[in-house]
Amino acid sequence: MARADQTPGIRPRATLGRRLDRAARYAFPAGCTVLLMLLAEAPLGIADQAAMLPVVTLACVYFWSLFRPGAMPPPVVFLVGLLFDLLGYLPLGVGALTLLTVHGLAVRWREVLIRQGFVSAWLAFAGFAVGSTALGWALTAVLVFRLLPVGPALFQALLTAALYPALAIPLIRAHRTVADPERA
Amino acid sequence: MIRLSIQARQALGKLTLPVLVAATFGLMLLGKADALLAEHARMALADALVPIYAALAGPLGAARDTVAGATGLWDVSAENGRLRAENEQLRRWQSIALALDAENQRLKANLHWIPDPAPYYVTARVVADAGGIYARAVLLSVGPNHGIRKGEIALDERGLVGRVTEVGARTARVLLITDMNSRIPVVLENSHGHAILIGTDGPRPRLVYWAEGSMPQEGERVVTGTEASAFPANLPVGTVHFSTAKVPEVAPAALLDRLEVVRIFDYGLTDMAAPEAPGRLPERRGR
Repeated sequence: MARADQTPGIRPRATLGRRLDRAARYAFPAGCTVLLMLLAEAPLGIADQAAMLPVVTLACVYFWSLFRPGAMPPPVVFLVGLLFDLLGYLPLGVGALTLLTVHGLAVRWREVLIRQGFVSAWLAFAGFAVGSTALGWALTAVLVFRLLPVGPALFQALLTAALYPALAIPLIRAHRTVADPERA
Repeated sequence: MIRLSIQARQALGKLTLPVLVAATFGLMLLGKADALLAEHARMALADALVPIYAALAGPLGAARDTVAGATGLWDVSAENGRLRAENEQLRRWQSIALALDAENQRLKANLHWIPDPAPYYVTARVVADAGGIYARAVLLSVGPNHGIRKGEIALDERGLVGRVTEVGARTARVLLITDMNSRIPVVLENSHGHAILIGTDGPRPRLVYWAEGSMPQEGERVVTGTEASAFPANLPVGTVHFSTAKVPEVAPAALLDRLEVVRIFDYGLTDMAAPEAPGRLPERRGR
């Protein structure tokens, strides 16, 4: 309720339905992230499907950290990262740390990034994709104590950067419609 | 709910991220200290998800087949011609194989050959890729009382797929022969030379440690060897191909990128499986 008190004005009475609607809109970013992650692991029969999980996870966490940090707070990012580690067979903690880093930097720079428009946000995301894949690669290599091949990591970073618009455009629509708490 | 001042709330909000980052480092240490914890968590999650994926596999497969059928209509006559030619060739091979089989049976009967015991096997559906970026593995959906153990051997209809590395209540994870951690003793069929097949995470694992004088040859068949009694002899693995850098690689016989159904064989050879409790050495590893 504290959040509702911050904005002055006349608003309709908070009935149960309206409260549920509001809660659903707040839960949408985390919910759609987890759902997309589970979908990326479903037996779709796409070649190199293992590369899809990092793509959707990183794109969703970046997007919602940028546009709705209130609904993608650090504890949620941590839990998403834990799910990422378990689903993606990474050493525990690697995905959580990379996602928290992406989240922290995206929230810090969001004022600048949002004002610049879509293409700049995409370019910045490409940088995030390369940085987070490199961090994940280095951490995994240290934790399994072995030099990992660079090829898959490079492919991963490029794929993540390239597929961002395909995920971001529906997410922008959702951000303005179904996920907007102001419309509750 | 506890009423906090705005400053206290802001200070707490600023602290969350550093505390969680510290927690991830703790998690990494925990994952290193207790490797079974992560494995159990993964298999529990897989057990929960596999029924959903198994239910999805049917309609998704049907949709894929429809698309494949529609695209296949374009070159149906060319495909038909190719299949006719292949069928002719296979018929010739079949007659040779039948003759050889009969001869083999006759010779074995004359020699009082002790037949190999028929292994017990179960068939399971592949429901998900379980590899991630740096591993090559698949997740199988198996029934609740499956009796599958670590170290059992997975084959598809063409050849060796890999070995079972983790077993859950309804799932089993199979590490493919292309995985970086895969090491398989093999025999080159022409020279009967031994070698080790190591995975590279690429589509073709490499051959190393072949004996001097038995250099792998292009197109040679590779079958499993019995070193360390991890595998039975003569399971088909693939054929030798030299890469552009003159490195002998093996093109796997199994269709590792399109696995749908695999058979899990129990040859009673689970000596080389990972130890159940961390720190306890398996009894026969030193052989």
